[in-house]
Amino acid sequence: MTPGTRDFKENSRVALADAQLRRALDGLPGGLVAQRAAAKARLPEFEALTAEARDIRDHTLAHLDLYLEAFAEKASEMGTQIHWARTASEARDTILSLCRAEGARLVAKGKSMVSEEIGLNAHLEAAGVEVVETDLGEYLVQIRGEAPSHIIAPAIHLSRDQVEADFRRHHTHLTADRRLDEPAELVAEARGVLREKFLAADVGITGANFLIAETGSAVIVTNEGNGDLSSLLPKVHIVVASLEKVVPTLEDAALLLRVLARSATGQEITAYTSFLTGPRRVGDPDGPSACHVVIVDNGRSALLGSEFRDVLRCIRCGACMNHCPVYNAIGGHAYGSVYAGPIGAVLSPALIGIGESSDLPNASSLCGRCEEVCPVKIPLPSLMRHWREAAFRSGDMGLVARSLLKAWTYAAKRPRLYHALARFAAATLGAAGRARGAFRWLPLGRGWTRTRDFPAPQGRTFQQLWAERQRGVPR
Amino acid sequence: MEPRVGLFVTCLVDLLRPSVGFAAVRLIEASGCSVEVVEGQTCCGQPAYNSGDRESAREIVLATVRAFRGCDYVVAPSGSCAAMLKLHYPRLIAGGGKDAGEVRAFAGRVHELTSFLVNVRSMTRVPGALKARAAYHDACSGLRELKIATEPRRLLGSVEGLELVEMAEAESCCGFGGLFSVKYPEISNAMVEKKAAAISRAGPDILLGGDLGCLANIAGKLKRGGSPITCRHVAEVLAGELSDPPIAYPESS
Repeated sequence: MTPGTRDFKENSRVALADAQLRRALDGLPGGLVAQRAAAKARLPEFEALTAEARDIRDHTLAHLDLYLEAFAEKASEMGTQIHWARTASEARDTILSLCRAEGARLVAKGKSMVSEEIGLNAHLEAAGVEVVETDLGEYLVQIRGEAPSHIIAPAIHLSRDQVEADFRRHHTHLTADRRLDEPAELVAEARGVLREKFLAADVGITGANFLIAETGSAVIVTNEGNGDLSSLLPKVHIVVASLEKVVPTLEDAALLLRVLARSATGQEITAYTSFLTGPRRVGDPDGPSACHVVIVDNGRSALLGSEFRDVLRCIRCGACMNHCPVYNAIGGHAYGSVYAGPIGAVLSPALIGIGESSDLPNASSLCGRCEEVCPVKIPLPSLMRHWREAAFRSGDMGLVARSLLKAWTYAAKRPRLYHALARFAAATLGAAGRARGAFRWLPLGRGWTRTRDFPAPQGRTFQQLWAERQRGVPR
Repeated sequence: MEPRVGLFVTCLVDLLRPSVGFAAVRLIEASGCSVEVVEGQTCCGQPAYNSGDRESAREIVLATVRAFRGCDYVVAPSGSCAAMLKLHYPRLIAGGGKDAGEVRAFAGRVHELTSFLVNVRSMTRVPGALKARAAYHDACSGLRELKIATEPRRLLGSVEGLELVEMAEAESCCGFGGLFSVKYPEISNAMVEKKAAAISRAGPDILLGGDLGCLANIAGKLKRGGSPITCRHVAEVLAGELSDPPIAYPESS
């Protein structure tokens, strides 16, 4: 099931009718949202840290070339091989050729959104390389043939019952009497399966939360330790990271990790935070014998000089999705894009074009909660509005919507005409709706009146009544 | 000499519920100002601005700013329109030109109604009285863009007989969002369903708010669901202008 961004409206209808999905999403306010709020309350300087986090990201983006070169130089010094990929296909090909050079048949993969973005798994599988996702949530959506529905909680749309059913279908070694009705039993089952994959894998592929220019390290945070097993056990470790992941120093990374963990899950620090710097050195007890970092652009450098630059500050915490009332209503799959929620509404048009994705930045009430909770203060509503402007300019707005908008703006620029039309509308709609006080059906607002009444006007406009009052007519 | 306040009526109050405009006038006058309603105003321009038609929005900005020349303050009974006038107008007409300067000066004179009464006019007592349990809905723009939360509650605290109750997830959007509610009605409905449920759990007699858009949405949902909870603009209760029926209700009830 890979619904596209063009099917957003239909996807969202299907999602809204899905009672199981609704139950899963109803857990968000009391879950990730409440956990973040509690973590923020425990740290009085949280807001000050987010301002610093924003500044670090802004500074890095302003000097991105410099820090990328510094990272590449330092990482090379530590024995890491750097690969630059301008496009998704270059990134896929680079990684496939690294796997081929190793004769890899099995890849253990850590969670990585950029790998979703470049379509890595399908590319490797088509070339005969088996890929196993090792993050539990990613593993669950992988065996279901789905995409992640959330950037940090990929299987947030699933219930425990669904997971049990999927395991019984997919793990043919399970006997009928094996109990799987507790989350701990499900985790134990997944751990047993994944442990063998870690040990058998020829190559480990992970993303990176940050790349540190000062040390040449890749930083990976996980709560399951699967990032460490994916990167340390196989002979070769490949990091795939988009170019804005670079930060100048260890200290910068430390600050960003503090706001990342709190914003994402309400943790003080994520359970496993690993700084991976080059392959195994002489005397090291473990680690890969070769280490690669594939740095992916895929349209990002074009954003640097644009009105959308601020979106590159994102540290992928998911707070904007957790707090978004639209995401809370329809979940991640309905967006039909790799990235869902407010960050997806801004990032997806940059990756796949606004013509393909104009519903995404439009399907928002611009309530501003995403910007409020963003740990790097990305002005997501403003950026959504900028995409709406791009869609308007390129004529991607529907003909009816465009005509209505044009007619309305024509009147709004002409006060006398506008007031005459308002008087007419107030009088006719007022007369039609006065008996009930509200409409149960309106020709241009059927979507609204299908589920809600629409209040009837009182009959005369304020401007009309005010003019009468000025002339001394009593109300 | 009393300060001259230009009332920014808002298109929804003008069209749907003039009584909110008269309530606002009464409150502004009670705070010791004279009120002017300029005819050159239409709408703040958000439908164009939020639909991506920046050029039309800019034309509306300049016309609106010129219409309110000569007013000491511009006050709107809506956090959403006030945020548009105060924060987004200067973004639309930016730079160092003459227009930009005038728009910045205009924006500096703009206030949302309850914020104007409390923060500019230091009003502590209001004319209204109502024996009821009321909940207040914080509209998104007022709350997050203009940081208005205590002002309406402080004024409502001085309404004789009124008891204020708070609802859960008060910071969540009601799903109105202007054209959003028309373009994505199913998603909008899912949002207002949650909002109506949270309001019902808080158990007020009446729901108040500072924005007629949210109130039309919430009142329409409550009424369709058969809820006994009625909705009014906060200005109506503060001013004691309660002769009109609640939002979405007919004359007789």
